[in-house]
Amino acid sequence: MIHTLEPIVREQPFFHGLEDRHIDLIAGCARNVRFDAGSILFHEGDPADHFYLIREGLVAVQTVVPHNGLTTLQTVGGGEVLGWSWLLSPHRWHFDARAQQPTRAIAFDGKCLRAKCDDDHDLGYAIYTRFTRIVAARLEATRLQLLDMYGKRG
Amino acid sequence: MTTESLHVGDTVTLKREHLEKLLQALAGRGYGVIGPTVRDGAIVLDRLTSTDDLPAGWTDEQAGGKYRLKPRKDRALFGYVVGPHSWKKFLYPPVQRLWQVARNGNGLRILPEEKPASPKYAFFGVRPCELHAMAIQDKVFLDGQFVDPGYKARRENLFLVAVNCSQPGGNCFCASMNTGPKADSGFDLALTELLQNGTHSFLVDVGSELGAEIMTEVPHQPAAETDIQQAARILSQAARHMGRRLDTAGIKDLLYRNYEHPQWDSVIERCLSCANCTMVCPTCFCTTVEDVTDLTGKHAERWRKWDSCFSVDFSYIHGGSVRATPRSRYRQWMIHKLAAWIDQFGVSGCVGCGRCITWCPVGIDITAEAAAIRQRDSVMAPPEQSKELA
Amino acid sequence: MLPAPYSIQRVRQETDDTFTLELLPEDSGREFSFAPGQFNMLYVFGVGEVPISISSAPGDLPLIKHTTREVGTVTRAMHQLKRGDVVGIRGPFGSCWPVQNAIGRDVVIVAGGIGLAPLRPALYRLMADREKFRKIVLLYGTRTPEDILYRRELEQWRGKFDLEIQVTVDRAASNWRGNVGVVTTMIPRAPFDPSNTFAMVCGPEVMMRFTVMELLNRGVAGDRIFLSAERNMKCGIGFCGHCQYGPTFVCKDGPVFSHNRIAAILGKSEI
Repeated sequence: MIHTLEPIVREQPFFHGLEDRHIDLIAGCARNVRFDAGSILFHEGDPADHFYLIREGLVAVQTVVPHNGLTTLQTVGGGEVLGWSWLLSPHRWHFDARAQQPTRAIAFDGKCLRAKCDDDHDLGYAIYTRFTRIVAARLEATRLQLLDMYGKRG
Repeated sequence: MTTESLHVGDTVTLKREHLEKLLQALAGRGYGVIGPTVRDGAIVLDRLTSTDDLPAGWTDEQAGGKYRLKPRKDRALFGYVVGPHSWKKFLYPPVQRLWQVARNGNGLRILPEEKPASPKYAFFGVRPCELHAMAIQDKVFLDGQFVDPGYKARRENLFLVAVNCSQPGGNCFCASMNTGPKADSGFDLALTELLQNGTHSFLVDVGSELGAEIMTEVPHQPAAETDIQQAARILSQAARHMGRRLDTAGIKDLLYRNYEHPQWDSVIERCLSCANCTMVCPTCFCTTVEDVTDLTGKHAERWRKWDSCFSVDFSYIHGGSVRATPRSRYRQWMIHKLAAWIDQFGVSGCVGCGRCITWCPVGIDITAEAAAIRQRDSVMAPPEQSKELA
Repeated sequence: MLPAPYSIQRVRQETDDTFTLELLPEDSGREFSFAPGQFNMLYVFGVGEVPISISSAPGDLPLIKHTTREVGTVTRAMHQLKRGDVVGIRGPFGSCWPVQNAIGRDVVIVAGGIGLAPLRPALYRLMADREKFRKIVLLYGTRTPEDILYRRELEQWRGKFDLEIQVTVDRAASNWRGNVGVVTTMIPRAPFDPSNTFAMVCGPEVMMRFTVMELLNRGVAGDRIFLSAERNMKCGIGFCGHCQYGPTFVCKDGPVFSHNRIAAILGKSEI
């Protein structure tokens, strides 16, 4: 595999602080992708073997709610990471994801990266600590959303 | 007897039988004299027509949640301390009209209150703690960006006859707050009552030019050295026999770092949020407003009324009160009084008069609450409240 | 202080529960000026007074605008008023957004819900001297797309004044193609340099607390973060005691506070 994405991976804030050999391993699982506005990244229930680092654009995490139709729960934009189901079995997506705008991203092969983490636990540790932070931030944001801060009770 | 002009800083002796002349001199200059008098089993503040109206031969017994009048063995005129009224009743009345407005068609015409013939009050029998309380309220209503015109007018025309306290009350702690038992300044005249060897007289300190002018008209003698020493002895003894004590060392920061002290949970088992303390406190100044209309809908008025931070909707903003629990409201009152006031106005809000202790139906004692917090400073309720399994 | 009569020029419905009054003084010679962040006490005949931030451009004077939600007796009565009706105005009161401290810096404005209303005069002030400031970023969050205030103006500002504007909603309608998520999620990636940034924040207290956390996490200095607080007010001039917030009076020490001044009490329960 040609590691032309190595410099791009290196410059992403998400991967700051990683050793060079780990950057190489990760870049080896990466490829550039593009989505037109309206196109689907993944469906609820699909095997989750990827995650995305959005470079530019906007992706909506959605689910179908009876009587409401397709509902956007959160959006993920440039500089943000989308997807952690690849880390946790049974490795299936829990939600839909749809590009709201033309979107450029780096797609990472989760199966490939999972195998590399099994072989190199230092890499595994580096990946898991970064994803833990993402999940925590997403959880906090979701809790604030639940609070309904702007509701009538101010 | 002497009729030489007196000056600020002079001390003279006034005989009991001539005290009436002082009241007459004030009335003669158009002052409405207000002072202590007995009514409904308490010593309250009301118009005095003569010295006969004063509580001669009465004293008060005050404790937590307790106030009783008892007869004295002597005929002292000022042998008690403070009652449920404070002078704020006259300087910042409980009910004040702010303005009236008339509606004609779409338009509004605002009618300001006419400058009332500002009442000229002479407060007779103001205790040193009360002089400090007045000075504190001056900071609120006169020293900020906005000045209350009514308070200013009533305050400017005021003549103050202070009375030093020879016998502190059961809830008094002015010595802790540096507000008594002796008046140092802020008065026109200050009296110390002397009853000894069958004589009844007053040592009078002249505190202002106007005080000097008025006192010159009243029969008096130069103060005898023995009288001066007797007064000094009485007052220094009084300072050592206060009913209560408040340790004010670092109290501001002490309270600021103890917002979550368990003592708040303890006091709230007793506090009824009845607001008595704020009504009797001489420095509490909170008010609310009430807008009223007449039946035609063409005339409206805005009235200002005394309010209390203990009321449930005092801190109400869209949807709920910020201080919804009585615990938070007691905490607000006490931390404001003893700590935040210092940041806001440069002095403590408490003058040590003890009224809040006397008139609290359950006898909560602000000095004891502060001491309890100080004793276990920065004690947090344990974060983990799990119990060991046996 | 007595209210001055102002007549309603226009009542603009902003959202289903939020409206803006545009007002001119009856006395055309009346001197009135204000600084962004200040508020007036608005009086409705026979009903009462409420404090409302001024949300117009200083350049619009003598016209002033007040945007408010219908949340109680007075605002409900206010919402029934029509063009030509008269209200009373006392003010302006309170502290202002210290926009001059932002000169030469990046400016980040984080608004939540109706919190954009007290910030709008500050935005106008920034735009009036655009070249004095570096990047200007507005992050605006509301409950739903229907609650977005000043939509047309947001578009104008985006186009005309080199402002980076990002809008997000907590809850999306099915036809919303924009950001969904709380406004705080936009802070980590917003294009400003934390080492040289001045921030102004206004919205529900919870939102302001978490916004401040995110700004501090990114390295914005605490003494360059300003918030606008809100408390019950009966007088607006420091006499009634209702607006106390810790040792401060929101009517005269605020409503705009630097973060450092209220850091110790921000987030403390029932203060």
